[in-house]
Amino acid sequence: MAGQGPDHALAVENLSVAYPLKGRDKSGARRRLLAVDDVSFAIRRGTTLGIVGESGSGKTTAAMAAARLVPHSGGTIHLDGEDFGALDAAALRRARQRVQIIFQDPYSSLNPRLRAAEIVREPMLHAGRTNRAEQDRVIDELFEAVGLRPEQKSLFPHQFSGGQRQRIGIARALSTRPSLIICDEPVSALDVAVQAQILNLLKSLQRQFDLTYLFISHDLGVVQHMCDEVAVMYMGKFMEQAERDSFFAAPRHPYSRALLDAVPTIEAADRPRPPLVDGAIPDLSEPQTGCRFASRCPHAMPRCENEVPLLADATGAAGHHRLACHLADEIGSGAVANN
Amino acid sequence: MATPLLEVRDLGVRFTTRDGQVTVLDDVSFTLERGERISFVGESGCGKSMTALALMGLLPAMGRVSGGMIGFKGEDLVTASESRMRQIRGNEISMIFQEPMTSLNPVFTIGRQIAEVLQLHRGLDRRTARARAIDLLEAVRIPNAAARVDDYPHQLSGGQRQRVMIAIALACEPEILIADEPTTALDVTVQAEIFALLRDLGAKLETAMILITHDMGAVAQMAERMLVMYAGRRVEEGRVADIIRAPAHPYTRGLISCVPHISADAAKRLDRLPEIAGIVPPITSFGRDACLFAPRCGRASEVCHGERPAPAGVAGHKAHSVACWHPHEGGA
Repeated sequence: MAGQGPDHALAVENLSVAYPLKGRDKSGARRRLLAVDDVSFAIRRGTTLGIVGESGSGKTTAAMAAARLVPHSGGTIHLDGEDFGALDAAALRRARQRVQIIFQDPYSSLNPRLRAAEIVREPMLHAGRTNRAEQDRVIDELFEAVGLRPEQKSLFPHQFSGGQRQRIGIARALSTRPSLIICDEPVSALDVAVQAQILNLLKSLQRQFDLTYLFISHDLGVVQHMCDEVAVMYMGKFMEQAERDSFFAAPRHPYSRALLDAVPTIEAADRPRPPLVDGAIPDLSEPQTGCRFASRCPHAMPRCENEVPLLADATGAAGHHRLACHLADEIGSGAVANN
Repeated sequence: MATPLLEVRDLGVRFTTRDGQVTVLDDVSFTLERGERISFVGESGCGKSMTALALMGLLPAMGRVSGGMIGFKGEDLVTASESRMRQIRGNEISMIFQEPMTSLNPVFTIGRQIAEVLQLHRGLDRRTARARAIDLLEAVRIPNAAARVDDYPHQLSGGQRQRVMIAIALACEPEILIADEPTTALDVTVQAEIFALLRDLGAKLETAMILITHDMGAVAQMAERMLVMYAGRRVEEGRVADIIRAPAHPYTRGLISCVPHISADAAKRLDRLPEIAGIVPPITSFGRDACLFAPRCGRASEVCHGERPAPAGVAGHKAHSVACWHPHEGGA
């Protein structure tokens, strides 16, 4: 099957995450909230997939489910071609070192009582890499790679700036040489000037160590800069999934366009844009009968409310470009204004 | 020449700390005309919010204005009494903050929180104030305002809470609205709606606006002029269009280029973002007689480390000034 070959670090098929709710629905089944609904993606080794979406879209939940930090209710997860989704608890504990996370907030994601070197050492201890000399060698190498000085190894997190703390978090994520690194809004909490420093660092480390990133962000500029492929998520579903250049040259889904249009740019001060409809957000504890975005979509038709659009290849796109929209053909042929 | 609505001249603010006095704001000057929109730009810790708090008379207890004046319609707010400031705050100058959840009181309905301002400053009775609160909720585009007026803050989304904050801030039709990172906690589609709302209401009420942000895109959309601040000082000031086209200060240039801008054209993208190396210096060094950006600046020379540059006009542009020993000249 595509995506399970050795050239893919991660391949996720039909991943779903459902949270149980109180009560039962009309048919007597337990009510549940479908936070991630039938999502598939694969990331080639050494590349970056970006998942963009607004808060509550399920992007972090999807990533955490792929890392098996949130239980998934359906679908398969393959890491380096191995069935990661089916590992039992003991095997999973041993395999955890192969997926690491860089968190959003470098203030709350480092243990304030550990020295920087010990923070970087911790994942190796948990992974059973107990050779102390080997650990020290890895720590020295990573401190240099992320741009920290050797004498900073003995400092505590509060003695570092936000950007430096994020460097420690990155070194920690690299210490077990993971197959996949999940970057969950890694620069959102940082100052603008420091963001550029960290983004450049993540890119150069990717080249240096052949890293694979699953990059979660709400910032389309950052995603365009960092990612080889982009997936746009809304209410638990992928709306559009494409190679970066194909996506940013011609985003197809009305939601993707709305997201892009909403980003203030320094180029055009005031662009006319079709306003989003101020519709009700669907209730994900109910089964969805149509497109989740229909209530806010400026182009919605009756069909959008009655039939769930499936992710399918977009017509006329240069590379890999998939789209879940009933208006796909109209948009592809330019019948819907592209502004 | 008529007095500007707001004229801030050589404003200085100092904090008293255990280690003595530290300078937080150093000779900040700018003017704001009626209905004008200005933006303060810079990294955190550069004095943007502190300037706003000084205008509101809301400096933290350890801070005090150490020099300069804040002329509001000809009156110096630095020397104004606390009771006079209470009349001005929320009435003639009001402010909205970054985090709409923590700025609203969770135990009162939003209607009551809007009405409170009107009862206090406008002397409206309860019923009139409530009716006016519903009007205001409609003006900030909260659907079904007559029913939502009795909601508590937790019943609203983040964007709706910020709309309520705007309704409170604009209830008395102030002459100046200060918006301190008003959309940082919000999604980008919600941000676009809040910006549109602020622009529309600002134009309708002829409210002048001070937008505090680190996002140059937001500046370009929202403001006519900008003031770039670094380490408590004004480093560049001018029309937004002029500065974005030809930033003169290396710091401004860095702020614009270090952000990955979305572009449909793949060829325009950079593999590596231009960085501003390092971080904002500690507050204890703010008062030094030097260019405080020099340690992070690629153009710095001896003079930058030893002498403070004075703001000077940029050739060819009216009201574009820069405080730099080696400013960039010409286009970006």
